[in-house]
Amino acid sequence: MSALQRLFGFNGGVKPVYHKEASTTAPIAVAPTPTLLVIPLHQSIGGPPRPLVKAGDHVLKGQRIGGADGNVSSAVHATTSGTVVAVEMRLMPHTSGLSALCVVIEPDGRDEWIPRQAFDYRNATPNQTRDYLRDAGVVGLGGAVFPTYLKLKAGKQGKLDTLVLNGAECEPFITCDDVLMRERADAILKGAAIMREMLAAGQVLVGIEDNKPEAIAAMQAATQAANAAAGDSGIKVVSVPTRYPAGGAKQLIRVLTGIEVPHGERSTDYGVQCFNVGTAYAIYQAIELGQPLVSRIVTVAGNVGRARNYEVLFGTPMKDLVTLCDPLPDSDRVIMGGPMMGFLMPGEEVPVVKATNCVLVGSKKLFPPPPPEMPCIRCGECAKVCPSDLQPFEMYWFSRAKIFGKAQEYHLFDCIECGCCAYVCPSRIPLVDYYRFAKSEIWAREVDKESADVARERYEFRMLREERDKQEKAAKLAAKTAAGREKAAATLAEAEKPATTPEEEAKKALIAAALERARAQKEQAHPENTVALNPEQQTEIAAIETRRAEIREMAKPHLRQDD
Amino acid sequence: MLAAILVMALGAVLLGAALGWAAVRFRVEGDPLVEKIDAILPQTQCGQCGFPGCKPYAQAIAKGEAEINQCPPGGDEGIHKLADLLGREFKSLSAEHGIEKPKSVAVIDEQTCIGCTLCIQACPVDAIVGAAKQMHTIVASQCTGCELCLPPCPVDCISMQPIGESVETWKWKYPVVKITPAQKAAA
Repeated sequence: MSALQRLFGFNGGVKPVYHKEASTTAPIAVAPTPTLLVIPLHQSIGGPPRPLVKAGDHVLKGQRIGGADGNVSSAVHATTSGTVVAVEMRLMPHTSGLSALCVVIEPDGRDEWIPRQAFDYRNATPNQTRDYLRDAGVVGLGGAVFPTYLKLKAGKQGKLDTLVLNGAECEPFITCDDVLMRERADAILKGAAIMREMLAAGQVLVGIEDNKPEAIAAMQAATQAANAAAGDSGIKVVSVPTRYPAGGAKQLIRVLTGIEVPHGERSTDYGVQCFNVGTAYAIYQAIELGQPLVSRIVTVAGNVGRARNYEVLFGTPMKDLVTLCDPLPDSDRVIMGGPMMGFLMPGEEVPVVKATNCVLVGSKKLFPPPPPEMPCIRCGECAKVCPSDLQPFEMYWFSRAKIFGKAQEYHLFDCIECGCCAYVCPSRIPLVDYYRFAKSEIWAREVDKESADVARERYEFRMLREERDKQEKAAKLAAKTAAGREKAAATLAEAEKPATTPEEEAKKALIAAALERARAQKEQAHPENTVALNPEQQTEIAAIETRRAEIREMAKPHLRQDD
Repeated sequence: MLAAILVMALGAVLLGAALGWAAVRFRVEGDPLVEKIDAILPQTQCGQCGFPGCKPYAQAIAKGEAEINQCPPGGDEGIHKLADLLGREFKSLSAEHGIEKPKSVAVIDEQTCIGCTLCIQACPVDAIVGAAKQMHTIVASQCTGCELCLPPCPVDCISMQPIGESVETWKWKYPVVKITPAQKAAA
């Protein structure tokens, strides 16, 4: 059991106040269906799904409304039955306050499902199962919303040593995984068993922070039953020391297995893969119950009277959830996620999406505005707490100076934005803001560079094509001229050939006579207007002739040589 | 003494031969400086710099025939990069070559288009599709926003539309707040 499991550690980390008790006193409640569901089409990492419905359509709960588009994409489903009111741009749960394409559904109150049937993954090829999970919209529910089907591929060896289930849930206030493990441990383990079979994993380790004894107990009870049923001891529940960010995938893998996944490589190549417990539950629902992902557990906490976990349909406005929990009057903001890594929402009306693990209500008292930023004093505290073993102060200087190449050399993209460095910074520098700025600038430049490369290629091809067309035209013209010359030469040769037969002789003589007649006639005929001119007319003609000669002289330099 | 001179002379001859061989063997095709400059230029192919494309401008800069501040789409950032690469002083964008504008794409008003193909001939990156007396349209993802299709259009049906920010292209803002002195109240 867990006592025998050898644990490793990760460097750094912090121990913030957890604030988890308030939302774990009551069991999960089902949030009421709102009057209008606004379901964003783009809810996962990867390409935005294409809309499959239009305004006026009637949809059933679980019907696909957005189809996966491209290699990395995941489907989106109607979360209740009703009528599609519009497919339009709506405010997104994103810090930018920008809008994106959403399907707005007016529920009909019947909550009628599509026909559901379990997916027989044992008799399906791995690719079929992955396609099914993509179309069921299953994505990582730990917060990164990476399409799960892409992670369900074994690495180079074709099998996995360890499948890690992440139930650490290290961020303050958030308890959605905690209550899910307490109440639905069996279902989570069934999902884990499916993943274990797909990945041919030797063992399953469920990592849970030791500040969740109820969840650990529930999971252990369920594990004993599952192991007994399967007749092996492949699943283990491991209690890990409570330290933020133990719930980071790389950190948890390191704590449980001692494996440190190097920069730019995949954990599967080291025989490990990590999934959130919520994702395991979603896989169970999709495969065993035939239900696509339409809801998730969301913690509502912070500046509210009754913090609690709710099972929420995607598309429910955050405002509705907050109202259920009696927000205190001084509440002034809504954060999606926790206080360390969460994102400030542009408004309360934004919908709950697959990435929403927590709706955190804030106030000036609960999260006081940070004191003014002071200069970096190079104390090195940030490097001590960095769980990714980076040098945050170096990355800060280069990000601030906009020397992005150097920031990347210090492995900016290995930063998980956990916020430990900013948490301990004595100068109160919002370090993560600098990293996010630098990362998005680098991405934007990457995109610009790619489009510039495409433009260069197309421009060069156009130049090449125009040059080729010109040459082809010139060649054609030359060929035509040559052909014409040949023809003329042939006719000339024909005419000059000495006559051979008396008939031809006669014909030639006839032609010669005719030509002679024509010449004589021409000589006799004088143009009428040049005969018997009076002197006035003659001077006029002479003047015109001199003008013509002048013009000819003037035009000479402009005429081409061959004219 | 003589032996020393001979050894040194032999060394010089050997090294000279090696260098000469290397110069032929590892000859660099093309001008790497032009390539480097061209990589910095934004490849809009708009011709605002006075050259018929980004490559010719890059060649002119490399030869010292053009200033580094003639590219409006590249903006100040592009000039800074060129200045760094070439070891020249930064100069602000020359006004006679235009001003820096937000990135835009051309859009054809398909109701007005008469299908004359003039814009297709003007587009440096072949981003316009259409045929004679057929409606034309612009492949937005390929359009560089060079505006070269605007003047030839006889019915003025092409307009430039700035590319708005979307959730995918949104960037985190620079966290440093610039401190500006408060405006003095007019006495």
